[in-house]
Amino acid sequence: MQISGAQMVIEALIAEGVNTVFGYPGGAIMNVYDEIYKQHGFKHILTRHEQAAIHAAEGYSKASGKVGVSIITSGPGFTNAVTGLADAYMDSVPLVVISGQVPMSLIGTDAFQEIDAVGISRPCTKHNYLVTDAKDLGRVLKEAFYIARSGRPGPVHVDIPKDVTAQIAEFDYDLDIDLETYKPHTKGNPRQIKKAMEAIAKAKRPLFYLGGGVVNSNAAYEVRDLIHRTGIPAVETLMARGVLSYDDELLISMLGMHGSYAANMAMSETDLVIGIGARFDDRVTGKLSEFAKNAGVIHVDIDPASISKLVNADYPIVGDIKNVVNEMLELSSQVHPEDYESWRETINNFDRLHPLTFHEDSDRLKPQWVIKRVGELLGDSANISTDVGQHQMWAAQFYPFTRPRQWVTSGGLGTMGFGFPAAMGVKAASPEKVSINFTGDGSILMNCQELMTAVEKKLPVINIILNNNFLGMVRQWQTLFYDKRHSETDLSVQPDFVKLSEAFGGIGYRVHTKEEFDAALKDAVEKNIVAFIEVIVERFEDVMPMVPSGGSLFNMMLLEKKEEKK
Amino acid sequence: MIENNERRVISVIVVNEASVLSRITDLFSGRGYNITSLTVAPIPDSKYSRLTIVTAGSVRVIEQITKQLHKLIPILKVYEHSDLVEKEMALVKFPITENLSDISTLCNAYNGKIVNVGDNVIIAMVADEPKRVDNFLSVIKRYNPKEIVRSGSVALER
Repeated sequence: MQISGAQMVIEALIAEGVNTVFGYPGGAIMNVYDEIYKQHGFKHILTRHEQAAIHAAEGYSKASGKVGVSIITSGPGFTNAVTGLADAYMDSVPLVVISGQVPMSLIGTDAFQEIDAVGISRPCTKHNYLVTDAKDLGRVLKEAFYIARSGRPGPVHVDIPKDVTAQIAEFDYDLDIDLETYKPHTKGNPRQIKKAMEAIAKAKRPLFYLGGGVVNSNAAYEVRDLIHRTGIPAVETLMARGVLSYDDELLISMLGMHGSYAANMAMSETDLVIGIGARFDDRVTGKLSEFAKNAGVIHVDIDPASISKLVNADYPIVGDIKNVVNEMLELSSQVHPEDYESWRETINNFDRLHPLTFHEDSDRLKPQWVIKRVGELLGDSANISTDVGQHQMWAAQFYPFTRPRQWVTSGGLGTMGFGFPAAMGVKAASPEKVSINFTGDGSILMNCQELMTAVEKKLPVINIILNNNFLGMVRQWQTLFYDKRHSETDLSVQPDFVKLSEAFGGIGYRVHTKEEFDAALKDAVEKNIVAFIEVIVERFEDVMPMVPSGGSLFNMMLLEKKEEKK
Repeated sequence: MIENNERRVISVIVVNEASVLSRITDLFSGRGYNITSLTVAPIPDSKYSRLTIVTAGSVRVIEQITKQLHKLIPILKVYEHSDLVEKEMALVKFPITENLSDISTLCNAYNGKIVNVGDNVIIAMVADEPKRVDNFLSVIKRYNPKEIVRSGSVALER
């Protein structure tokens, strides 16, 4: 059929089964917005900033497993979105981001709101396109969705000049996508898998090291099965929280810079790392030369470039985790859970020696208590998003996660301002769950304008602001490594968060005590509108344990031991 | 971490499309890899181009470069060569007052000749292995070359 480029965008999104789009209109994308006005195939959520539109699409994608979609305009609209693209790229989030561009005839003339968008997005997307003729648009959009969701997922950016959205051309979305130059390897090599299983059977102290790829591959339940059948303990990265349930006896905890003592010691003592969908990030490994020093390494990943990038893999397996783990399950009878009894006991002893805990020794609430309390009150019924900083680490350490896709955080890029818009996307994808955003007094002010979106579109995100009047994580490093010179991290001057939320039509609470907190959370869940719960917490609490940057995992700063107050 | 930075030649077959070259050079600069030389030209009767990239790095770095190149969507193949025929061209401009028969003899020895004669200058061309081109360029210094241009390598596996 002969339709305009703008109509093609709508038809393609509907054909892809998209039901929610996050975006912000502007000059160069107006033709597309005109068609959005006329259609009923999907819902458009107007955020109040393009960065938030991308983060919301990320939250939607992470919670639903579908490709997130965002539409923005040229120039500043696009540049505002770049942080979101980079965030999605680092955390392998499948997105299709469509931006307007100035008309073809004006490209290269420094036209109003012109910027070389594909030039900017190239290093922070999986792939990008500048569409120069409407006859290519259908194929490009179909390829964009395919590339975003296949292989190692990632954001794909499609830049469309204004005249191309007006151009009439033939459109047929019923195409077979066959990209000669892009064929992700999804099936693991059976010989390598067999060799890996034999190595596992021979190992004395094997350890599963699970990453976000397990979630991306929708393989959490297969991985749980493999772990239970083999009886081998597991550590999770930040991105893998929820792959195992918090009460799983074989889950040690998170590892890395703020991982538990037991998780980091297990990684230091293991003789075989079974890495699945994890990328040996510097925040996980600490000093590379000391990381799992005496261990062999099995590495399962769909991205060949992740394998042997930082840590050499003795058993590299390139493939989709779900396929590979299913094949490993078939060979798992040669592994005997009882062989690892003393290894598990060793790890339990590590945990008894320095458990992941905190001291309730101040008049003010402890931030960790707040996280734990939300876990007790809401548990599985909530999805948890976070911003970036101390609160993020405490949430990862102390929330009782029970399922994959319950946890949405900015791991690779570490983007402050991610949490609130992401939690809106999570709510849009999964309205039956409470959407919590744990945030700090620093992070929440980046993208707090989204209160308006949340009110307008009835996305009742509960933002729990752990307020220590500090840019807490930076303050912690300044305290520990910069001789307490708290340069520009004291946030004593603050808005009235309660009034701020109310000004937009949301609800606000200021909380000092446990009783007040319980009441506020209960009320916020019942009222079912966007909320700020500002919790005044201990100012100088540090995230512990901690592996100082560049240090070895087994050399941790630990929480001081104290007698519990009776 | 000091590792052996070996010279390597990588050939890349890419789809001829807009901005594919910048995808490749962006990847090198973004990840901190070196490009010693780069040549690119379309492959006759196909929709592909062939790039020959001379780079340097440890075994691990070279492995990462080839993997990261392969991840780029419009890239069809990446070869990292070990046994190859490699040639590079150089053009050199000399004052016509220099000893032309010496220059001509040297060019002959390096697979070249004088290709242009003007009123004041001559232009000589050689095409040989990059190391031999280095030699040539060092030997001809005494003839006061006014301008030198090198092409970068092209290579084929034996």
